Amino acid sequence: MRNNVYLYILIMALTVFIIRVLPLTLIRKPIRNKIIRDFLYYVPYVTLTVMTFPAIIDATASPYAGLAALIVGGIAAYHDLGLFKVTVLCCLTVFVLELFV
Amino acid sequence: MKHLKEGIQVGIPIGLGYFAVAFSLGIGAAAAGITPFQGFLTSLLVNASAGESAAFTAIKENVPYLQMILITLVANARYILMSFALSQKIHPKQKLIHRILLGFFLTDEYFALAVSKDGYCDPYYSYGAILVAAPLWALGTALGILMGNILPARIVSGLSVALFGMFLAIIMPPCRKHRNIAILILFSALFSYLLNRLTPLSESTVTILLTVILSLAGAILFPRKGEDNAQ
Repeated sequence: MRNNVYLYILIMALTVFIIRVLPLTLIRKPIRNKIIRDFLYYVPYVTLTVMTFPAIIDATASPYAGLAALIVGGIAAYHDLGLFKVTVLCCLTVFVLELFV
Repeated sequence: MKHLKEGIQVGIPIGLGYFAVAFSLGIGAAAAGITPFQGFLTSLLVNASAGESAAFTAIKENVPYLQMILITLVANARYILMSFALSQKIHPKQKLIHRILLGFFLTDEYFALAVSKDGYCDPYYSYGAILVAAPLWALGTALGILMGNILPARIVSGLSVALFGMFLAIIMPPCRKHRNIAILILFSALFSYLLNRLTPLSESTVTILLTVILSLAGAILFPRKGEDNAQ
């Protein structure tokens, strides 16, 4: 027998809601512990890096195009070009390179 | 209002990236027998690319409901860490409803936006971005299910790096001022590559594992000196 898709969706939505909202609502005061504070400060950098690489070279039709997008986007971002320009540059890099691959 | 408007502006590239990713998510969902409405509903309620993709696979496999909870926990565990981190960026006096809303819409991108500003974040800055991007996420999923095979592959491929471009725009700029962050990013990329390529661990497991280990290593090896709480 097939399980109910809507029940699956409800279970998923509730589970995700709880793990996203609980820490945020339970902790209201600034955390004093130095290690925890520095740990939380570094979390986004590690998470976003791990999610970007090597995923970016697997996302495109040609891995070289993904790698090129990583390099172009990385350099552009390092020079503070801003969210929008960096994103567009990455997409264009892949689009143009894959015309030739 | 100024923050809302600013949020709407940065929401545009996020929304375009979301649309592209949601579209490809929808193509996968169609293969699992998900209807466009079910996909739309899921994306509206869940807002998580890796999490939803894992869930659609689970639905296709008709797993027991309990296993669905476990899969959801593993695929979305990084949000627990982000929620902890975000708790420090919200003013202690901020109303509960803002905490709940910011939690409900806690994605990698909205999170990155909230932490990209110095000091406490303004909820309306996030709401601006959400207002633009969240509907595009849900719509993209439904359209992907409906007509995934119509869009040329080259355009899908180009759009698929939009999210990564956004991540780069968040993590790279502080590298110039803070060598420690640059070093941490290099090691994160290196270990991510090794674990993803050489071990059978799933991408979401690698993300959780490395986030905990490397952020802790960063906190121990590179303690920050006398910076304010909200940073």
